[in-house]
Amino acid sequence: MHGWTGKILRIDLSTGKIATEALKTDLARDYIGARGLGTKYMYDEVDPTVDPLSPANKLIFASGPMTGTFAPSAGRYDVVTKGPLTGTIAASNSGGAWGPELKYAGYDMLILEGRSPKPVYLWIQDDNVEIRDAAHLWGKDVPETTETLNAETATDAKIACIGPAGENLSFIASIMNDMQRAAGRTGVGAVMGSKNLKAVVVRGTGAVTVADKTAFLAAVSKASTMIKEHPVGGTGLRLYGTNVLVNILNSVGGLPTGNFQDGHFETADKVGGETLAANQLQRPKGCFSCIISCGRATKVKHPKYKGEGEGPEYETAWGFGPDCRIDNLDAVIKANYYCNEYGLDTISMGGTVACAMELFDRGIITLEDTEGLELTFGNADAMVEAVRLAGIGQGFGKKLALGSYRLASLYGHPELSMTVKKQEMPAYDPRAVQGIGLNYATNNRGGCHVRGYTISPEVLGVPVKVDKDSIDGKAELVALFQNLTAALDSSGSCLFATFGIGAPEFAELMTALTGFAYTGDSFIEAGERIWNLERLWNLKAGLTAADDTLPPRLLSEPIVTGPSKGAVSRLPEMLPLYYGVRGWDANGVPTPEKLSALALA
Amino acid sequence: MSMMLMIHPDKCTGCRNCELACSMEHEGDFRPKASRIHVYTWEREGFSVPMMCQQCKDAACTTVCMPKAMHRNPANGQVELDQSKCIGCKMCVQACPFGCASWDFLGSQILKCDTCGGDPACATICPTHALEWVEDTVSAQARKRSFATKLKNAFAEV
Repeated sequence: MHGWTGKILRIDLSTGKIATEALKTDLARDYIGARGLGTKYMYDEVDPTVDPLSPANKLIFASGPMTGTFAPSAGRYDVVTKGPLTGTIAASNSGGAWGPELKYAGYDMLILEGRSPKPVYLWIQDDNVEIRDAAHLWGKDVPETTETLNAETATDAKIACIGPAGENLSFIASIMNDMQRAAGRTGVGAVMGSKNLKAVVVRGTGAVTVADKTAFLAAVSKASTMIKEHPVGGTGLRLYGTNVLVNILNSVGGLPTGNFQDGHFETADKVGGETLAANQLQRPKGCFSCIISCGRATKVKHPKYKGEGEGPEYETAWGFGPDCRIDNLDAVIKANYYCNEYGLDTISMGGTVACAMELFDRGIITLEDTEGLELTFGNADAMVEAVRLAGIGQGFGKKLALGSYRLASLYGHPELSMTVKKQEMPAYDPRAVQGIGLNYATNNRGGCHVRGYTISPEVLGVPVKVDKDSIDGKAELVALFQNLTAALDSSGSCLFATFGIGAPEFAELMTALTGFAYTGDSFIEAGERIWNLERLWNLKAGLTAADDTLPPRLLSEPIVTGPSKGAVSRLPEMLPLYYGVRGWDANGVPTPEKLSALALA
Repeated sequence: MSMMLMIHPDKCTGCRNCELACSMEHEGDFRPKASRIHVYTWEREGFSVPMMCQQCKDAACTTVCMPKAMHRNPANGQVELDQSKCIGCKMCVQACPFGCASWDFLGSQILKCDTCGGDPACATICPTHALEWVEDTVSAQARKRSFATKLKNAFAEV
């Protein structure tokens, strides 16, 4: 095979059995790789009602066919499992260089089963695979773990690991790779912790091969040029990172503020990408094969928040910033560093602190509950300390580590958790941008922006500008973006490549690389197949149309200030249209005709 | 005057496209372990440095090469490897002070930058111009000027 390595590594952590098997060629073509292929294997092998933290759940690390090639910004992998935060199928996507290294070691996917009786890590060096004791690593943070493992395996090995948050089974724990990159969402770190697996260390000496070199080089050259010439993909993201969005979203009144009580934050610029570039930014960073370089190597000199590392992304700066009514960028970055070091998802962590602040503000929780943390909106010191405590699982941090839905429910107020399917929504207010609200509500892993990023057309005007306040055509737009993203996630590409290229270019790359003929339409259809399979999994797991909703606040409490003052989400009008566009019945269940058309019947 | 590969670590994002382009150019597939250039990254600081053959004037690898496979080409000033003469003794690997000659155990060959015959693929693909293929005199001047600018800015603040 070309693109794919054609081999899967399967390890039963309960018994220590290590085996390899051939990748099924037809599945690879139809489900592409990474998110799609991992989901297909989960669907075929695991009961969707499984307890996510039980040995019966599986944990799949899956690369895509483009991972490890120089297709522009396409070095990614997905962690696929049942997510403990959401109870949905989870695919958490990450960059860095770990995914490519798995390919060079010879594997498209690593499937982990069971539960190790004691803490272990995996040392995969091409065909040599060892399960090693990790007692000395348990409790260590991500940078310490990474450096210790590089020292005891190989300096050029790539490491994916959990921090204390994953060990403590936090529902918002991430898996970190290359020290600074996160498979953050849906609590995948807790699944790894539940398997007593501290790290997966990989070193590969092999190759990823190409079916048609001449055509592939031409397709890469074309795609690279299109991305480089794009104002966002070629310039904006390198200069200011994703955090350039703080001022953009604030300017349209779509920057959720104070746990989504408002959509505009007066001093937002103080935590924006321009301020970051002028102060803490050391240099732009790129993941493997990236030509966009949105990563931020940063350094904070303020004695109280001192540190260095990568970040913040826009959603992180928003979550610890405006959503908590905080405009101290040094504090925001420190909270980001803690998340990276302890292995926490920054979006869910930010949303959870914001929720706790509203609970505190309303007197629902007191200093007694928080064990002395003064969690008032705007208190930067308390926010940073809350994140640290959640990371190490101490004090009130134990409750914060549950995520906002379970936290707010403990005190009888789940409606104050700004979540969809129990996962914290990111930094775009669904009242100010109608399409993104429909995407949140229908997203297969709950509150998530990157699987149907309608912000591109609705706010940025990419590839064309559509009216963010209108609901016309939004059902079609959301479904199309969800399908395209499912396919490109599965290929190993970064979502940001779409700031330059679209389905026809992805199809050209895939065809030249793999030798299977893809067209723009068939590529998107593969995405639709993946989306529907995820939906089927979630329905079997017990989710229903009732879960396709937003927190009641967004449907009934208008934005208070700023350019979108007075707006609410019109989700109830859009949802039935969306089901129709999807070919699903009124209960959100895919019809037999639709499943048959997608070869899912 | 001859050409040289100029490294600007301050511009390097650590993306390793140079390794991929090098591997594709020489091996026809994507195998970073067979690349003649490698990028080293310090993740805590987010700092990356690309490393490849410096084309030394007084090159240790040519001195120790018994069959004279590794030799200097006076026409272009580059250190070149004649694979047909190489006996695989790996003395160049031992001798290079930069570690930029290495042994590929899979391909049974010495890996050393050949500047792709005067049009290095790594410099062409580098998205941030952290690698540049430039005249050796010009490149030195550019670096000097860039540092002079830093000094100017530092003094201007006093």
